[in-house]
Amino acid sequence: MKFIRTILDKIEPIFDKGGFLEKFHPVYEATDTILFSTNEKTESGPHIRDSIDNKRVMILVVIALIPLYIFGAINIGWQAASVSGIERSVLENFWIGMGSIFPILMTALVAGGFWEVLFAVVRKHSINEGFLVTWALIPLIMPPTIPLWQVALATSFGVVIGKEIFGGVGMNIFNPALVARAFIFFAYPSQISGDKVWVNVDGISGATALSIPAAVENGNAVELLSNITRFDYSWSNMFWGYIPGSIGETNKFLIILGALFLMYTGIVNWRVIVGALIGLLGTATLTNILSSYSSNTMLTLPAHYHLVMGGFLFGVAFMATEPVTGAHTDKGRWIYGFMIGLLTVIIRSINPAYPEGTMLAILLMNAFAPLIDYYVVQGNISQRLKRYAAE
Amino acid sequence: MLEHYISLATKAIFVENILLAYFLGMCSFLAISKKVETSIGLGLAVTFVLTITSPVNWAIHHFLLQDGALAWAGLPEVDLSYLNFIVFIAVIAAMVQLVEMILDRFSPTLYYNLGIFLPLIAVNCAILGGALFLVERDYTFMESTVFGFGSGLGWFLAIASMSTIRHRLRYSNVPPKLRGLGITMLLTGLLSMAFMAFSGIDL
Repeated sequence: MKFIRTILDKIEPIFDKGGFLEKFHPVYEATDTILFSTNEKTESGPHIRDSIDNKRVMILVVIALIPLYIFGAINIGWQAASVSGIERSVLENFWIGMGSIFPILMTALVAGGFWEVLFAVVRKHSINEGFLVTWALIPLIMPPTIPLWQVALATSFGVVIGKEIFGGVGMNIFNPALVARAFIFFAYPSQISGDKVWVNVDGISGATALSIPAAVENGNAVELLSNITRFDYSWSNMFWGYIPGSIGETNKFLIILGALFLMYTGIVNWRVIVGALIGLLGTATLTNILSSYSSNTMLTLPAHYHLVMGGFLFGVAFMATEPVTGAHTDKGRWIYGFMIGLLTVIIRSINPAYPEGTMLAILLMNAFAPLIDYYVVQGNISQRLKRYAAE
Repeated sequence: MLEHYISLATKAIFVENILLAYFLGMCSFLAISKKVETSIGLGLAVTFVLTITSPVNWAIHHFLLQDGALAWAGLPEVDLSYLNFIVFIAVIAAMVQLVEMILDRFSPTLYYNLGIFLPLIAVNCAILGGALFLVERDYTFMESTVFGFGSGLGWFLAIASMSTIRHRLRYSNVPPKLRGLGITMLLTGLLSMAFMAFSGIDL
């Protein structure tokens, strides 16, 4: 460690003011602070004594995501093996899956990193550590067969339009990873949805669990799912994640673990998650009750199935809870979370255009979070005015 | 019957949001959304004007201007529908005058804050757009009232959320050349992308 420190100290003058590479000071600063804790003191208030800073927060989120990468790789390999009828060990599956994940990961890093450094150099701010999380999230919400140039395009759009034009981390309105996903979803719908993209073997159609009941009228969703023979769409198997889907969204157990870890460390707010769960389960129960009045099969899908299907848990655990783009008041967080759950079920059930609704539900609530906050704050103000007027 | 009106209103508010799906009424949306109170006031004013003008325009179109509408006066072959635009605008302008007087009397602060934009509601394309939609889609009297109200509410929702987003943007560090209209245009794009969540819903 000392050796690295000496090297960093030695090259520091090059990057300082007046140095040869003065323009690239953000790059040096980022390397330095990722490797070592900084001596920098906060100059203006508020002063909080805590060892945790932006970088540590972001790293903790990335740590929560690593198990999903490992399982995602195993699952990709396992899906490919099982549809071709080959037996492979877990390790072999992992390496085969890594073969599709690693290029996506690297493409996202290069594309996003390029914009991040460019903006840092031109606008003279430090390189935002929040990019680590965006970078880690983007591959997890892509299907394993996505073309790499689309990953590059999506990441660029997410980082530039989703974040940098607002000034960087902590100032954005929409979640950059979701903006990237939504952009690619609307720009190239055939590469990111449909039946052929989820299993990494050419021409194999692996409909996701959600698109099966969405395609049939007057059916029973659970029955339809259990009739599928190529994949095991039982509740427990969907929970454990051996199903086709986006890279990181399939294993619900690891997602719940990650979410508990983030809640324990205090990085995400539990109110959003609990609110979203109540919203999803409540609305799904309601649609079950109403299902006999309609020919829509999705309405018969039980609430606990909604929970383990698609990207709902992933989105709620890692994207809806983002402290910047969500509601900033506690009461607002309840409403914000609840509406995400509600909208997810509504989009899934009654919008024939999209089988999955979590992404758009979160984006939409990102847009309305400031409005929710505004009304919560106004409500508090008028309540206090009343209280003081009474005294 | 009630179900039909509810689904019509939902459609006008969310699925076919007059601002975020048809991009009508952009000028005042971009210019006024700087302050939250003002934009909520303007949103309410637009909702009010749309709710009032839609049925009035419907009646004028239905009983005076439509092809064969003057049959009751013994002139079944007269078709005045080429007068639609000018008459609709006149009706809207008159209604806006009414709103202006009401506001001036009951909420001078809002009247002052809205300033020039209040008379400009008269040429707000969302309101003329609403009137033209109800002609094109052949709505009944009740339907056009509900549609007008729903469209207005959708417009209100859009401008209220945009103004609070811009309120939050005060803490952001937007590149100087993008500040103001530039970032608002980009935000409108992102907002309407989020609103695509509802596009395709068939009610």
